[in-house]
Amino acid sequence: MQEIIAALDARRDEARLGGGQRRIDTQHGKGKLTARERLDVLLDPESFEEYDMFVTHRTTEFEMDKQVVPGDGVVTGWGKVNGRLVYVFSQDFTVFGGSLSETHAQKICKIMDLAVQNGAPVIGLNDSGGARIQEGVASLGGYAEVFWRNVQASGAVPQISVIMGPCAGGAVYSPAMTDFIYMVRDTSYMFVTGPDVVKTVTNEVVTAEELGGASTHTQKSSVADAAFDNDIEALLEVRRLVDFLPLSAIVRPPKRRVNDSTDRREMSLDSIIPDSASKAYDMGEIIRKVADEGEFLEIQRQHAANIITGFVRLDGETIGVVANQPMVLAGVLDIASSKKAARFVRFCDAFSIPILTFVDVPGFLPGTAQEYGGIIKHGAKLLFAYAEATVPKVTVITRKAYGGAYDVMSSKHIRADVNYAWPTAEIAVMGAKGAVEILYRGELGDKDKIAKRTEDYETRFANPFVAAERGFIDDVIQPHGTRRRVIRAFETLRNKRSTVPAKKHGNIPL
Amino acid sequence: MFKKILIANRGEIACRVIKTARKMGIRTVAVYSDADREALHVRMADEKVNIGAGPANQSYLLADRIIAACKQTGAEAVHPGYGFLSENAGFCARLNQAGIVFIGPPVKAIEAMGDKITSKKIAAAAGVSTVPGSMGLIADADEAVKIAGEVGYPVMIKASAGGGGKGMRVAWNDGEAREGFERSKSEAASAFGDDHIFIEKFVTNPRHIEIQVLGDGHGNAIYLGERECSIQRRNQKVIEEAPSPFLDDKTRKAMGAEAVALARAVGYTSAGTVEFIVDDKKHFYFLEMNTRLQVEHPVTELITGLDLVELMLRVAAGEKLPLTQDEVKLDGWAIESRLYAEDPYRNFLPSVGRLVRYRPPEEGEDNGIIIRNDTGVFEGGEISTFYDPMIAKLCTWAETREKAINAMEEALDSFEVEGVGHNLPFLSAVMGQARFREGRLTTGYIAEEFPDGFSGAELSDERRRELLAAAVVLHVQTEHFRTAPNERDTSLLPSAHETPFVSSLRDMAVICGTCNEKVSVRAEHTANAVFVTFSDGQIIGLAPYWKPGETVASLYRVEGTGRLRVKVDAITGGFRLRHGGADLNMRVVTPRTAELMKIMPVKLPPDLSKYLLCPMPGQIVRLEVTEGQVVEAGQVLVIVEAMKMENVLRAEKRARIEKLNVAVGSVLAVDEVILEFGEA
Repeated sequence: MQEIIAALDARRDEARLGGGQRRIDTQHGKGKLTARERLDVLLDPESFEEYDMFVTHRTTEFEMDKQVVPGDGVVTGWGKVNGRLVYVFSQDFTVFGGSLSETHAQKICKIMDLAVQNGAPVIGLNDSGGARIQEGVASLGGYAEVFWRNVQASGAVPQISVIMGPCAGGAVYSPAMTDFIYMVRDTSYMFVTGPDVVKTVTNEVVTAEELGGASTHTQKSSVADAAFDNDIEALLEVRRLVDFLPLSAIVRPPKRRVNDSTDRREMSLDSIIPDSASKAYDMGEIIRKVADEGEFLEIQRQHAANIITGFVRLDGETIGVVANQPMVLAGVLDIASSKKAARFVRFCDAFSIPILTFVDVPGFLPGTAQEYGGIIKHGAKLLFAYAEATVPKVTVITRKAYGGAYDVMSSKHIRADVNYAWPTAEIAVMGAKGAVEILYRGELGDKDKIAKRTEDYETRFANPFVAAERGFIDDVIQPHGTRRRVIRAFETLRNKRSTVPAKKHGNIPL
Repeated sequence: MFKKILIANRGEIACRVIKTARKMGIRTVAVYSDADREALHVRMADEKVNIGAGPANQSYLLADRIIAACKQTGAEAVHPGYGFLSENAGFCARLNQAGIVFIGPPVKAIEAMGDKITSKKIAAAAGVSTVPGSMGLIADADEAVKIAGEVGYPVMIKASAGGGGKGMRVAWNDGEAREGFERSKSEAASAFGDDHIFIEKFVTNPRHIEIQVLGDGHGNAIYLGERECSIQRRNQKVIEEAPSPFLDDKTRKAMGAEAVALARAVGYTSAGTVEFIVDDKKHFYFLEMNTRLQVEHPVTELITGLDLVELMLRVAAGEKLPLTQDEVKLDGWAIESRLYAEDPYRNFLPSVGRLVRYRPPEEGEDNGIIIRNDTGVFEGGEISTFYDPMIAKLCTWAETREKAINAMEEALDSFEVEGVGHNLPFLSAVMGQARFREGRLTTGYIAEEFPDGFSGAELSDERRRELLAAAVVLHVQTEHFRTAPNERDTSLLPSAHETPFVSSLRDMAVICGTCNEKVSVRAEHTANAVFVTFSDGQIIGLAPYWKPGETVASLYRVEGTGRLRVKVDAITGGFRLRHGGADLNMRVVTPRTAELMKIMPVKLPPDLSKYLLCPMPGQIVRLEVTEGQVVEAGQVLVIVEAMKMENVLRAEKRARIEKLNVAVGSVLAVDEVILEFGEA
């Protein structure tokens, strides 16, 4: 008996060593942690339970039968993040470069199935050279099995990907279909085809970092949601993100005990809107001053910064925030910002996270680049996402809400539940100057007349009361009382029920 | 007494005067520029009058507008504060003509003391010791060299109308004297429109010590002790105290007697200040007389118990001084720190913008400590480009200098300012320096102690340890708080296996920079304290008065005395702690994570690109730099208008402008190169 037990320990020790000490040292030399070390950081101490540690591949081609490593290049199982269940897989670059074999894929599929069945998030730590070439189509089949499960799990449980090494070719499509992608700067990259192929096909000379590094994907492509300096930073941030999310679509998001009065007044918000309509201010300040304990977890901070998306807590409950940012491009809606916000709104709706929208939007960005790029369809995504979302929706207009963008930004008409405006709000078809130029084209030569017309227009329309008179705005609120009013609004919406017509699914303008 | 006065000033001093007036039952009128519509002094006053545009020369410096405002509101007297028109004899005279009382000295006194050379002559005649040097105006460089030789090097070459360090130079030999004269002369001509220059002995290891005097219209004059203002940066006072740690009773009396003699000589009424320079052998020389209320007057008020503004008002209203010299008692020690909107990490570059957070320490007397904060700002207000970047004057008083400094350290540690760059960490760093605590001050203190500028304070090993422990304690406190039952609304707590935020961490590690320490932690809830044991066996016990989300924590020492005050910001996996001028990111993690942290590569901040790229499609509306110019970090480079909004682009580091690729009016696409940087 003793011997048998000792033999188990020995087999486990062997499995835990992965590709061996030399490869572990190489991994460390690159500033990267091993698959198991990463799980040590990600999960609560002593909480990880590993499955399929003894799984090996079954290939005999290319003398692969002589190279068998228990675990087959991926560590899978479950553990806790601050006491809450998560399923994890962590690819082991020290074993066959983390390449994906049929059995490697099966291990991932197993924990994904369990996650969906048991209602817990899946967190994938990606560090893989790609398909196990020796296995050919079996490897490709493995990828597709994972892809299919990503889609099944989508909207059922949160899926989070951390790219911590290479992730190239077909492999990118699994993280691509998860809810959030975090990357590690300098040591991770994602692309469909690498620099060598790019050079052959298009003659472009580009480095892996330029083509698919963290900055490319967090700033330009928007494939990734955030990037961090090293493995540990990224993993600690994942823990922080998980704290905001529900375990699955059928349970409520967690409620945290917070030390922040729901009645807290922020007098300084009464002076945040500048005197001049052409001056910017930081919408981020409003978000942080309304949020519990000033905490804001921003998603896609570096992409399309003219709109802000992220999570806060209000009275301990997770709330998704979407807000125009006047500091960047005046907070205009364009292709990138519409797509960014639409995707975030849909995530929140899928996981019953109420949405708080702050509006200061001058309209949609004009220009050929936008029209040729399809701003019509992309802008429609945000409109569609807001309109289809059935979670509680509260909207606060701080300044401009002009034209179609007013409708889009969670207006009453597309079924936001509670709509507030600050006294500084201007809800109108357009700004005074533009409106007067159209309405009084004949008088444009007369400066005094135009000035008078502009003033009249401002007095009549550059305020929230025209909308409030029609009930499009439920109340005009004091900026300093925003936190209290918004929390109270969400309180009334806690048991909101809303039905949608029978259908298979809507057809969002992709 | 007056029924209504007008305050011809703004900011903290206007607020300061309004406070006393209100206490005395006098109504107040504030004047304000367009930039100050929402300012605190306007909110505080009983009445307000707009006197023009933002720039001071279009508002606060316009005597006509102020006199008109007096007539409009029926104000009987004007308190000029400091700066602006406070030492303008013409303004004083015009008020007198209009039958409005100037709350300050008579025109003649202002005139006499307004010119450095005249004032020096009057002082010498009154028996006040003056720095050896030329009393007359110097005609040319040859004469400058001759006089310098007579006085003996080193000498100081100064503009007669100068101030604030402009037109001032030290020369150590004939060559430097010649060059210094020429340059000071041209600088003075352009800066003050008056190129009169004089030369005097340059005092070594000088201290700046000044005497507060007070006179009435009945021939009485007294002095209220001294203030030492040696801690200066580029001739701008930063930290002041009263009394001076250097003076003995005999010197104080001698200086006081000379100051009063001078005040009498010019028929001085109201509050004034006679500035002296004091060398290391306690020789003192007259520098100048300021015929107004000084910025640093609160320290004198704190040690004398007098209200100088009240006394100025009484004297101006014709009353006699309510006390004699014998009745002036100096009690305890007061320190003043001037909080400026300037970024010490960026070579003290002025910083403007919105005060996103402004929470001064609580004022009042507690446990033998007085905290006083004179300010003209509020949270959500703007620090404007138009005026002095002073945010507040924080004063502490205690029985002894040491206690007053300790109180200042703590007050600075709990003073919260966010949104603009500010010198709080720098002030804290000075308070922590042994040389400051020993009182070994000279006007060269900052230049000597911070020769390479400021990059954060170095904490003692002991204090650093304590902060590591504090981070651990705050972490434990956070866990404790998060896992405690939520009595507000338990019905919504997540289902059974979802009980969130439980952690069984007891062995922990704390990481800060290169420091990575394993600790074990024991919480004693009975004592409300957490004990942190370091690997070398040291145990630090702290009782936290803090809950998650609060931005200032007090941690009481279980062993030893007192408490640790830290500013706290939650960061992922830990806290950013600010204390004593240090700004540290601390991670509190599992021992395993800490061990793995050692594998993580040290990443240097990315080399900032040598190009300034246009961040958005837009048009250049202003170019603030020229090719070849050297810019400091934070300096405005260009302003790009996009979507009808002005976006200010600033330098990220000190650099030289190598090449400008655009002109005003250029229309740019995203990422188009605006300019190229080179080595400064």
